[in-house]
Amino acid sequence: MTHAAHAPTAHYTSMGLDSRKMAFWAFIGSECLLFGSLISTYLVYKGRSVVGPYPHDILNIPFTSVSTFDLLMSSLMMVLALAAVQRGDMKWGKIWLFSTALLGLVFLGGQVIEFTEFVHKGLTMSTNLFGCTFFVLTGTHGAHVAVGVLWLLTLWVRALQGRLGPANAMTVEITGLYWHFVDVVWIIIFTVVYLIQ
Amino acid sequence: MKSWLTTTDHKRIGLLYFWTAFVFFLLGGIEALVIRLQLAQPSGHVVSAETYNQLFTMHGTTMVFLALMPLSASFFNYIVPLQIGARDVAFPRLNAFSYWVFLLGGLFLNASWFVGPLFKAGMLNVAPDGGWFGYANLTERQFSPGPNIDFWLLGLQILGISSLAAGFNFIVTILNLRAPGLKLMRLPVFTWMTLVTQFLIITAFPVITVGLVFLMFDRFFGAHFYVHGAGATPLLWQHLFWLFGHPEVYILILPAMGIVSEVLPTFARKPLFGYTVVVYSGILIGFMGWGVWSHHMFAVGLGPIADSVFAATTMLIAVPTGVKIFNWIATLWGGDIRGTTALHFAVGFIAMFIIGGLSGVSHASPPADLQQTDTYYVVAHIHYVLFGGTIMGLFAGIYYWWPKMTGRLLSEPLGKWHFWLQFIGMNVAFFPMHFIGLLGMPRRIYTYSPDLGVSDLNLVSTVGAFLIAVSLLVFIANLWRTRSRGETASNDPWGGATLEWSIPSPPPVYNFSVIPTITSRLPRWRTELHAPMQDPPATPPGPIHVPGGSWWPMVAAFGLPLMALAPLTHTLWLAFVGAGVLIVGIYGWAFEPFEV
Ligand code: HEM
Ligand SMILES: [Cu+2]
Repeated sequence: MTHAAHAPTAHYTSMGLDSRKMAFWAFIGSECLLFGSLISTYLVYKGRSVVGPYPHDILNIPFTSVSTFDLLMSSLMMVLALAAVQRGDMKWGKIWLFSTALLGLVFLGGQVIEFTEFVHKGLTMSTNLFGCTFFVLTGTHGAHVAVGVLWLLTLWVRALQGRLGPANAMTVEITGLYWHFVDVVWIIIFTVVYLIQ
Repeated sequence: MKSWLTTTDHKRIGLLYFWTAFVFFLLGGIEALVIRLQLAQPSGHVVSAETYNQLFTMHGTTMVFLALMPLSASFFNYIVPLQIGARDVAFPRLNAFSYWVFLLGGLFLNASWFVGPLFKAGMLNVAPDGGWFGYANLTERQFSPGPNIDFWLLGLQILGISSLAAGFNFIVTILNLRAPGLKLMRLPVFTWMTLVTQFLIITAFPVITVGLVFLMFDRFFGAHFYVHGAGATPLLWQHLFWLFGHPEVYILILPAMGIVSEVLPTFARKPLFGYTVVVYSGILIGFMGWGVWSHHMFAVGLGPIADSVFAATTMLIAVPTGVKIFNWIATLWGGDIRGTTALHFAVGFIAMFIIGGLSGVSHASPPADLQQTDTYYVVAHIHYVLFGGTIMGLFAGIYYWWPKMTGRLLSEPLGKWHFWLQFIGMNVAFFPMHFIGLLGMPRRIYTYSPDLGVSDLNLVSTVGAFLIAVSLLVFIANLWRTRSRGETASNDPWGGATLEWSIPSPPPVYNFSVIPTITSRLPRWRTELHAPMQDPPATPPGPIHVPGGSWWPMVAAFGLPLMALAPLTHTLWLAFVGAGVLIVGIYGWAFEPFEV
């Protein structure tokens, strides 16, 4: 991820786009099909559960709205982090990187609370089709957030060690691409699963 | 030894892919021979029904995922960077990672043959047995209780990661690492088809991954994705699988089409007829390949509208395919033809692929397909396109590029023997299957009754299979002989037009002593507008940085089979160990000093 010490990463490329960034765009394209398949399955199986609990019995929209707001704010922090690193302001760079990770952790905490509550109310993966599709879809998304948090914390530690600077702005930019993508996916999931019941 | 384990050189990785995939290819071939022995006579007793199920499942899975895809990958690795004038791929360590994941995934799948005793079953008892298409809900725990399907679904998930990683890598390599002046519409067709294939891989593999993940949750965690009683539809699996499965068949054929498009012009000494059309047809096939999957589901009863739409799209996709065939024939027309072994295989490809395409179009029509589906007629189709098509194309590539890859030319006389035996063998083996199928013999059934009237045809087919086996022995003999006694190859034994022929055979680690500047689509040939390019000098003018090796890709790759072992053996801690190894590998990789 980070080539801190030896900086000159400005390789010549045929398309004029950094190779790692291009690879990430391809990766995101691929991820669209992953989440696309998961969300389609959720929609195909909507209303087909033969036993409850059903979505409207159990989904807590106010609670999840807060989580959604939290994740949106983390994207804002990510933008600020990238801007700070690009202008070489590593003091704020560290602060924003850490806040992004922290908000990501809060989101994950919310998901843990939500999942635990659902299990207490009798919804598990083996209860009905809603359980299967809900847990696998939101769980896959949660796993993506967890990877992102780990990644952000890694960058933050590198920054604390003084090994992340403006020369690594591209690394932070790519992290941001990933993070914003995961955020956008959540907006879709939130709309499809929670808002349109 | 160490330098091979840690290598990040695309040429070495290409050779590793080749040898590994070739061994898997022979393994899949042996499985096929046992299948044919069993079917040589009615009511055969060579293997039991259970073993037969494992044999045809592992044969299909091995050939698709462990032989043909990685053999193509061996050429992506070795040849693409040379054709675009690059020193390596965009991410050399990711490339090594792809290879190790492929190897470990292949071993994981095939371990299932031997580890029966660990699951309180005999040897040859727990290999996957649900077909390469793994139809749920047959593959649910209720109907397939053993670990067989677990090996399959976990193994395929591992292999998917390898293909995806390679997909990102080659997309970036081809788009970003081209030599100056090598515009997209000057790329060799093989490189173009590689690019289209990679886009298909990165879009199709996530879909099957989701299907497999659902199956995994059903089998291990009591989910109901494919459980009918819970309201699920078994069509979900079929849609996800064929939504992947049809693009997959183009993943298998496009690289071979690319190879043939290189071989024909070289040996006809004529530029490819209609280069632009061939490239655009390839791209169009890539797009259209996404809109035909339900032709695998005509028998399901999707209704007349869906059936008609998919029949129409399926017939339409034959158009760009046919366009390519005419372009290849027109390339040969009036050419100054040299009948090398590579050209034999390329022409064999065209002829066999036409037959396979015609049977394909014949089951593009739902009423006809209802007669053909699930019979040996479909088996004939898939073998004409995959054996007559992909494998013939790959052998054309092997005979064409072997001198570049090893520095020695394969023997032409042995090559011709190989070709004719294989060509005759495959027709003897697969042509009768059209009749066997139309006469009513279903596929995937371990035996048949003498009353069906297909006994003689089956015997003929088995004889053909053994002819193919003999042809492969000739090929192996050719490889062996060439190792020490093959004629040494110059930079350009065939008079090729593309960049790989401008450098020594085999190329030095850095490939190009000086990165060439490209001014024409056929840089090494004289055209009306262009003189041939200057080949790069034999010695580089200055020192060239070559990235060193790394252990980390292999370490990271080991994490995946370890994680897969966790559900298989119901050992939770293995999941953590596997994830730990993967994470350590990734961190080691990210923070080691390594400059591309
Ligand atoms: C002209 C182009 C083609 C057409 C119109 C076509 C059409 C079809 C159709 C309709 C089926 C379903 C038959 C059934 O199960 O009833 C089929 C099966 C199949 N085709 Fe093709 N095909 C074409 C080319 C190819 C190519 C190029 C490949 C691979 C290199 C391929 C590989 C397969 C395979 C593997 C199956 C069988 C899958 C299975 O059931 O296990 N086809 N094809
Ligand atoms: Cu198809």
